[in-house]
Amino acid sequence: MAQTQTPSAIAAPRSPYARRKTTRGNFELYSWVFMRASGVVLLVLVFGHLFVNLMVGEGVHAIDFAFVGGKWSSPFWQVWDLLMLWLAMIHGTNGVRTIVNDYAQRDSTRGVLKVLLYLASTIVVILGTLVIFTFTPCPPGAPAELLPSICFPN
Amino acid sequence: MTAVLENPATESPKPEVGAIPSFDVTLRIRRYNPESEHGEESIWDEFTVTAHGTDRVLDALHKIKWEQDGSLTFRRSCAHGVCGSDAMRINGRNRLACKTLLKDVNPDKPITVEPIKGLPVVKDLVVDMEPFFASYREIMPFLITSGNEPTRERLQSAEDRERFDDTTKCILCAACTSSCPVFWTDGQYFGPAAIVNAHRFIFDSRDEGATQRLEILNDKEGVWRCRTTFNCTEACPRGIEVTKAIQEVKRAMITRAF
Ligand code: HEM
Ligand code: SF4
Ligand code: FES
Repeated sequence: MAQTQTPSAIAAPRSPYARRKTTRGNFELYSWVFMRASGVVLLVLVFGHLFVNLMVGEGVHAIDFAFVGGKWSSPFWQVWDLLMLWLAMIHGTNGVRTIVNDYAQRDSTRGVLKVLLYLASTIVVILGTLVIFTFTPCPPGAPAELLPSICFPN
Repeated sequence: MTAVLENPATESPKPEVGAIPSFDVTLRIRRYNPESEHGEESIWDEFTVTAHGTDRVLDALHKIKWEQDGSLTFRRSCAHGVCGSDAMRINGRNRLACKTLLKDVNPDKPITVEPIKGLPVVKDLVVDMEPFFASYREIMPFLITSGNEPTRERLQSAEDRERFDDTTKCILCAACTSSCPVFWTDGQYFGPAAIVNAHRFIFDSRDEGATQRLEILNDKEGVWRCRTTFNCTEACPRGIEVTKAIQEVKRAMITRAF
């Protein structure tokens, strides 16, 4: 009648249990509000970005080095893309932080995953910011047909 | 109570006039007893009992315990959905055994019965409720006031009473907390039941401890860990809108902070 069976999703029934000390503070509150606020702003930024890049004028066929170069020579698109980069990265990183907290069962796993996460997002944010601000739309010596029209003022 | 076998198995198949129709049902029960030959291993055990259309899972468990295997261990007290002792995972969902009719959980197939998840199992269907009650105690589930004691009862308008009516219904069965995937991870989350019972006082016009309670739940392991999965609302045998109560506590914290 009795048969040995597979372990259930929750292992060892008698695993030791102890509630930790309180960890009160407004951090999680601000993080929760930030997810919603940044989500709303991202809605505008992301769909505005997609619309301008894929639908307006020639649409997706217009995208090349010159198209991107042309956009980033305007402060408006620099600020737009910078905001989109930072908000998406902080929002996404914070979201993955939540997922790590929800799924990692041991503190050590949790720690390692979060260090990797923060490292990756820091690199992406710094690199992305650098590209937006140091981008040269008219690199000297490049073939003229690849460059945006702003490189030929007259 | 004396358990008496009313119709011995030999004469049961004879259909009598006015007899209540009965059916056979198999219960597949998750058992754990570290003192048995299985040690730390949990096992599935199957029992078949004859039941009637009005019987609940709890009646079937009683029948097994009283007639087949006295070692089967579970908690129950009131047997009528009031005391909150017998929350268990029946066919994968948290319910009270005393409020679940066998005919409502498909008796044609074996009905699985497991202890609620996320709390340490003591034996068979009995779990250690202490972690659950520890976070319940943390939110201070008692009236906090200041000034002199009134000489009569503390009056409250019907509207003020209505504000927290839903969360007064909690019987502390732990069906909600032990259905929450965030609680399953490491058991550090306060859990829906603690928040429901904090809500009961936070929104009580007679109580003056709301700030303290909000502070307690504004914790890394407090309301902000709720991912609105609604498992708790579905599990609650009292029909409390648990997720809604949690959102109301969140909102109170946000209005306080900004
Ligand atoms: C398009 C507009 C967006 C909106 C309206 C939005 C909204 C939200 C909201 C409200 C949450 C919180 C959910 C919760 O607390 O349960 C969330 C979580 C999350 N978001 Fe976004 N988001 C958007 C874009 C993005 C982008 C671009 C990324 C990736 C870079 C992203 C990644 C995440 C992740 C990983 C989570 C965590 C998931 C979870 O907690 O279950 N989101 N989002
Ligand atoms: S809120 Fe409902 S499910 Fe949770 S402990 Fe109270 S009665 Fe049980
Ligand atoms: S035995 Fe009291 S609630 Fe089920």
